[in-house]
Amino acid sequence: MYLNVKSFLNLFTTASLILLLLAGGARAQLQIEIVDGVEGALPIAVVPFDFGSAEMQPETPVHEVIAADLQRSGLFDPLPVTDMIDQPSRPPEVKLGTWRLLKVDYVAMGRWIPGGDGLSGEIEYHLVAVHSGRTLFSRAIAAGPGAFRLRAHQIADAIFEELTGAPGAFASRIAYVKVTDAGTDAEQFELIVADSDGHNPQTIVRHSEPIMSPTWGPEGRRLAYVSFATGRSNVVIQDIYTGQRDIIADGKGINGAPAFSPDGELLAMSLSRSGNSEIWVRTLASGRMEQLTEHWAIDTEPAWSRDGRNIFFTSDRAGRPQIYRVRRNGTNIERVTFEGDYNSRVSVDPYSGLLAMVHGGQANFRIAVLDRESERLRVLSPGRMDESPSFAPNGRMVLYAAREGERGVLAAVSVDGRFRQRLVLTEGDVREPAWSPLIQ
Amino acid sequence: MNFASKIFLVSVLALLLGACATDTRDVPPAPEPEPRPTEPSDPVEVDRVNPSNYADSRNLDNPDSTLSQREIYFEFDRSDVRPEYVPIIRAHAAYLRANPSARMLLEGHADERGSREYNLGLGERRGNSVLDLMRAEGASASQIEVVSYGEERPVCRQSSESCWERNRRVEIVYTAR
Repeated sequence: MYLNVKSFLNLFTTASLILLLLAGGARAQLQIEIVDGVEGALPIAVVPFDFGSAEMQPETPVHEVIAADLQRSGLFDPLPVTDMIDQPSRPPEVKLGTWRLLKVDYVAMGRWIPGGDGLSGEIEYHLVAVHSGRTLFSRAIAAGPGAFRLRAHQIADAIFEELTGAPGAFASRIAYVKVTDAGTDAEQFELIVADSDGHNPQTIVRHSEPIMSPTWGPEGRRLAYVSFATGRSNVVIQDIYTGQRDIIADGKGINGAPAFSPDGELLAMSLSRSGNSEIWVRTLASGRMEQLTEHWAIDTEPAWSRDGRNIFFTSDRAGRPQIYRVRRNGTNIERVTFEGDYNSRVSVDPYSGLLAMVHGGQANFRIAVLDRESERLRVLSPGRMDESPSFAPNGRMVLYAAREGERGVLAAVSVDGRFRQRLVLTEGDVREPAWSPLIQ
Repeated sequence: MNFASKIFLVSVLALLLGACATDTRDVPPAPEPEPRPTEPSDPVEVDRVNPSNYADSRNLDNPDSTLSQREIYFEFDRSDVRPEYVPIIRAHAAYLRANPSARMLLEGHADERGSREYNLGLGERRGNSVLDLMRAEGASASQIEVVSYGEERPVCRQSSESCWERNRRVEIVYTAR
């Protein structure tokens, strides 16, 4: 289960803790601020890992990355390193009484085991429960130059899973669109990929014409998005490692709203080549095109069900935008949402199948989650212009775009609505976040 | 044809009829030519253009002519053309009829509210509403292309109705005159 629910009863309101001040290069990076926190987060100590006199020191201290991840989840309260009385690196060195006095429930620690070449090696890591004195796990993971941050995220995922029962989502990436010099002749749209903590932002493509709707392939290596580079909308798939770009749809009218099928072999899109927006599916290997809907309404924003048998989409066939569902073969169209004037841009939770969407009316557009079994719709975000929901790969958080004044910011909220954080860029205007699958 | 399409057609016809009636009543008689000034060359050539001559490309830049008006505005989440914009569309349709080599882009836009891809669809539908009226007025579809930018190209960036109403628009852009 998701930790002890009783220990998270109350919200910190406007805690505004700055969690991560990402130092480093001249590039603007994401800062992460906790907006609403959860009271009673689990006290844990992540002890600085013992790298001894290793030639290859990590580019960022591993324990800092782990502690920041755990804190950012809203479920953990890491002890500051300056409060640690000693720094064990293996379970036999843990003095349980000391940690009990510090009111720490768990101690995570580790050390570097150098390999033969002096550069690569293994990170050995352990988790000890202070009350029982039990070692919950002892593991090792291969690491080398440039891989320490990813390994740290994976260790944080292991701790998260051990203590919450749910998989972590720290070893993942986010893609988003950033706009600079909006409304001027110098206006630039950038598609950016960063680690899940906002670190290491890389520009994947940049253009003076709009870029929209980035979405990940299930393998975490392809991004599909909409480019206006030709002056018209085109759907493009780009490999983030090789940079190879393939234009998937450039027909008459709109070519938009790409969504990879769960197996990565199909791309659903909204195309208006037949006269107005309809849902189409392209088989990527063969180029075969199938039209799933045929209606005078706007049919757009397709999202695959987890089993790949159905596609959810936005349609205003009943007058206002609502979510519908169609079978993969184009039959059995049924309406899914009935609550509210405006429901659109559905995102499917890859873990449990919940649906997140933009939910609103004339005044406010917020992120809501629909549980189709209980038919319960829960509004998660407090904004007026919230949009583009995207589930974390473990289904625990929803990343979305919000407005602050004239600029866009990214925010994430837990699916139970109790914990919210804002990802703040020091410059520019960011929008349309997409959370990647886990990096293996 | 389904019910909604019928309603749409009927409203388009009603708009056109209304516009025709209005036009025959309101168009002023062509003004008497002013006595020519004694100077040999007239510095303001455009003054001699009849602003109601919708075949004349000079009127595209003549602020007195309806042809200089290139924006059509819409209600929230709507794509039906309001009656006050029908004369603009009639003027441009007349221009296209008279100038077969002219080409036009209808750029559809939406305000920031709601989701981006839905707004891309909405921008296209607005463009298509204007296209349909242009065609009903005798313009050739081959002269006109609709392109939607959704909410990606706002002219105004505050989150307020006074801003949103300027962003919900179709812009008429001549790519060839």
